[in-house]
Amino acid sequence: MPVPALPILHETIRNLYFHVCMWFAMMFILTVSLVYSIKFLMNPKEDYDIIASQCAYTGMVFGVLGLITGSLWAKYTWGAWWINDPKLNGAAITLLSYFAYIVLRSSMDDEQKRSRVSAVYNIFAYAMLIVFVMVYPRLSNVDSLHPGNGGNPGFNSYDLDSHMRLVFYPAIIGWILLCSWIASINIRLERINRYNHNKI
Amino acid sequence: MRKIRNLLLLFALLCTGKLFAQTEPAGNVDMADSLRNSGKIYVVVAVVLIILAGLLLYVIGIDRKVSKMEKEIEDKK
Repeated sequence: MPVPALPILHETIRNLYFHVCMWFAMMFILTVSLVYSIKFLMNPKEDYDIIASQCAYTGMVFGVLGLITGSLWAKYTWGAWWINDPKLNGAAITLLSYFAYIVLRSSMDDEQKRSRVSAVYNIFAYAMLIVFVMVYPRLSNVDSLHPGNGGNPGFNSYDLDSHMRLVFYPAIIGWILLCSWIASINIRLERINRYNHNKI
Repeated sequence: MRKIRNLLLLFALLCTGKLFAQTEPAGNVDMADSLRNSGKIYVVVAVVLIILAGLLLYVIGIDRKVSKMEKEIEDKK
């Protein structure tokens, strides 16, 4: 598949199919996690808690991968592993707030309390995600080096050509499917795990 | 007194570090090393490898979790 020839980026523009898709997959699975956290608060079923927590864990894996690949990409196009870019810092803050979710979950033994508190925290963490990944880069005074800098770092401003779209959109779907598959494996495992523990 | 002196020394040392950092060392120039060869295609390769390695490590983690659960079930029997 031909790609547009751009300075500095060169062939690394193909990272779009990997690095960017990591974030799409993360956003998707964390949204699922949020939905199940809200569902849990409305109707406290244990299964909702399992789905919410495992989706959040899986989303973290993809988020960390997105951060590492982004860091490498930045090194060879922007010249540094980490720069003071509103998108980078926003993503790092969100990941930290989701790390706090894991810490919060593992710090409580009482299952009822743990699921309720972590569901509430998950909603908060998702709000942080939206604020720091979607809102903050658009409001920040510092221009992001990401495509579509200064103003709207959104999707339409990517100067994708039609050949790249042909790969990019299926790649997003593929990575999201892979992500949900891993999440579903985690969910099923956790269900079996809890079932075993309840039987003892 | 000694503590303050040491702190001041440390501060002075840090300042000199800043001074040296202003002249760019020769090693930091973006030369055509292997990752910048062939239109930086190896950066893409590295990114794919990172993702593969990351997912592989994660799957190994899941495998260990399953083994632990299997052992728990064995122990109960």
